[in-house]
Amino acid sequence: MDMSEEVLQQASPGLIPGSGTARAAKPTRLSPSFISWLQAGPMMLVFLAFFLIPLVFVVIVSFWDYNEYQLLPAFSGRGYTDTFEGCIAQLPDLCTIAKTYLKTLKLCLMVWAITLFIGFWVAYFLAFHVKSKTWQMGLSLLCTIPFWTSNVIRMIAWIPLLGRNGLVNSGLVKTGLINHPVEWLLFSEFSVVLALVHLFTFFMVVPIFNSMVRIDKSLIEAAYDAGATGFQTLVNVIIPLAKPGIVIGSIFVITIVMGDFITIGVMGGQQIAAAGKIIETRVNALQFPAAAANAVILLVITFLIITMMSRIVDIKKEL
Amino acid sequence: MTETTKKTGVSRRTLLKSTAGLAGLAAGSGAITGFPYVMSAEPKVLRYLGTAVNEGDDISKQCLKDTGIKIEYITATTDDVTKRVMTQPNSFDVLDTEYFSLKKLVPSGNILALDSKKIKEFDNITPVFTKGETPGGKKIGNQGTAPWKVLYLEGKDSKKFATSATEFVTLIPTVYNADTLGIRPDIIKRPISSWSELLNPEFKGKASILNIPSIGIMDAAMVVEATGKYKYADKGNMTKEEIDLTMKVMTEAKKAGQFRAFWKDFNESVNLMASGETVIQSMWSPAVTKVRSMGIACTFQPLKEGYRSWASGFCVSKGVSGPKLEWAYEFVNWFLSGYAGAYLNRQGYYSAVLSTAKAHMEPYEWAYWMEGKAAEKDIKAPDGSLLEKAGAVRDGGSYEDRMGGVACWNAVMDENDYMVRKWNEFIAA
Repeated sequence: MDMSEEVLQQASPGLIPGSGTARAAKPTRLSPSFISWLQAGPMMLVFLAFFLIPLVFVVIVSFWDYNEYQLLPAFSGRGYTDTFEGCIAQLPDLCTIAKTYLKTLKLCLMVWAITLFIGFWVAYFLAFHVKSKTWQMGLSLLCTIPFWTSNVIRMIAWIPLLGRNGLVNSGLVKTGLINHPVEWLLFSEFSVVLALVHLFTFFMVVPIFNSMVRIDKSLIEAAYDAGATGFQTLVNVIIPLAKPGIVIGSIFVITIVMGDFITIGVMGGQQIAAAGKIIETRVNALQFPAAAANAVILLVITFLIITMMSRIVDIKKEL
Repeated sequence: MTETTKKTGVSRRTLLKSTAGLAGLAAGSGAITGFPYVMSAEPKVLRYLGTAVNEGDDISKQCLKDTGIKIEYITATTDDVTKRVMTQPNSFDVLDTEYFSLKKLVPSGNILALDSKKIKEFDNITPVFTKGETPGGKKIGNQGTAPWKVLYLEGKDSKKFATSATEFVTLIPTVYNADTLGIRPDIIKRPISSWSELLNPEFKGKASILNIPSIGIMDAAMVVEATGKYKYADKGNMTKEEIDLTMKVMTEAKKAGQFRAFWKDFNESVNLMASGETVIQSMWSPAVTKVRSMGIACTFQPLKEGYRSWASGFCVSKGVSGPKLEWAYEFVNWFLSGYAGAYLNRQGYYSAVLSTAKAHMEPYEWAYWMEGKAAEKDIKAPDGSLLEKAGAVRDGGSYEDRMGGVACWNAVMDENDYMVRKWNEFIAA
């Protein structure tokens, strides 16, 4: 503890009451950059131990061979070649992995667009229309409600609502809008997108809200004074200043949806392919190297998307 | 078994004394105070890894009462049980798993075969396991990983399955059943008699199968064979061409919108059926019972092509030895002694030793569950809830008829890797 107190002391003299004056005279022993490293250190160690090292193992294992019951630590590209099986031979038809990723990307894009739209306006409402801090907090907490239930419960809960004999269908039949219950409400792309939006809009709301509350209100007044319409203020002032929040929210939503297989599985009736689903099936069949290879592919693709997004907005600079 | 208890007691006493001597009076006095009461020595605890089928609070409570062995359940799905045996063989003592996973488990060397001579009721185990026939002499289908193909090992540490009986048993049989399609007779309103009905366009958007590749493909094969498209040499061990053919039929059905959803979880299957989302699907016996207990008509429909069967049993982790191994034998012997068997029979499963289970059941229960006779009284579940009213007859009838009608067994194929890839392709189609 002594050490860290000292570091804290060096970094911001006067923070610890009563000790500031006595030590202020001492020459600085630690360079500022070293202090920054120390401050970032604990998080770095956690990242190293629980993210980077396991990731390295995943990459290594993805190049191993395997049989029915064990990993064979010999170099093999089998995990990858199996995954891309038929991608050239089947042309112009798409191979499994291409179909799967196209489907995943399509779902991702739809969920992203909808969560962005809803999330932006919820954040806008919270930041500019709700004046009291307590209400802002309370209302954003409301957005976490979808996380209170387990996936199985959620799946079971959607059946009485969206199912063939569910509330929505029987309501529509009774009002005479449709003659027969519609099937696409459940176990379809519609229900997958609905469930994902329901879950993950929260991840869009929080960062956008965070960016919006930091917008200097005088800028908006200035825009108003300069004769800008509400729409012009939105496009030229608020959206550009909320960009970091939008990008961070988008990264959250896209990375989660790219890797999701539980919600897609449960709401899609297990009939919709997902990148994560392939990994799960492989792991369950004890084909760890093949699963690892698929994980690496998923990681690379997700990383590419995020790189593209951070090209659009330099998050580091904006923050 | 009191002998074991005493023995361990003595060794503990010696241990305590020497510890006391070494650690001095303070430490010793504490231990000695409790001394006269430490009769049962260290508590007999077994960590029991398995799926939920064989597990039940009633079973573990009764076991503790009868033998003093405390069972700690570690419950997982079939896939996760296998994964755990492979990756953490020291995290459990007793393993309760299915015969089809033995093709993976035995070569891994992580499990220990049990000695049939130490199993009191071994000779009374139903011939379904040992000979591949029912007690009445009906031959049972041997496609797939039938238990008698993998029941014995050549030697204690052998990784080869023996073709004839040896004393080294891979899994001591406990429970098994014959699975088929579940249907909603109130919605279908006509007799169903063939697996081919699963792909009948009449049930478009109202059918479902199990989303566990190795089991799902067996159900698919039953359907393909029933439609007369192809006859497999062994549905449980297909060639690549046969896998392609099976998946092609299923893919076409999927694209045409035949399936409402695939299920993986017991509750999912119950909900799909109870809500009317599906009217015909592969199902498990207790799931059908559950739907029925909700007041909804559901039949575990016997089909002319036969049943797909599964079976599970006990072995121990390779790390188990000494007194723990003795407790494991004691536990397995207790499990086959009747209480647990009757408990399983009352859920619609079958117990491996029929005679002991019969002794623990009422004659009217036995007549309903095992002999296919109409229930004389109301049939109750082990927890006392009402399953069937008096007069009901079990779907599929007697034990002889149901087990005698088994066509194939859950399996792991030689081409498992290829099959899993094709399954992913099927899902993506």
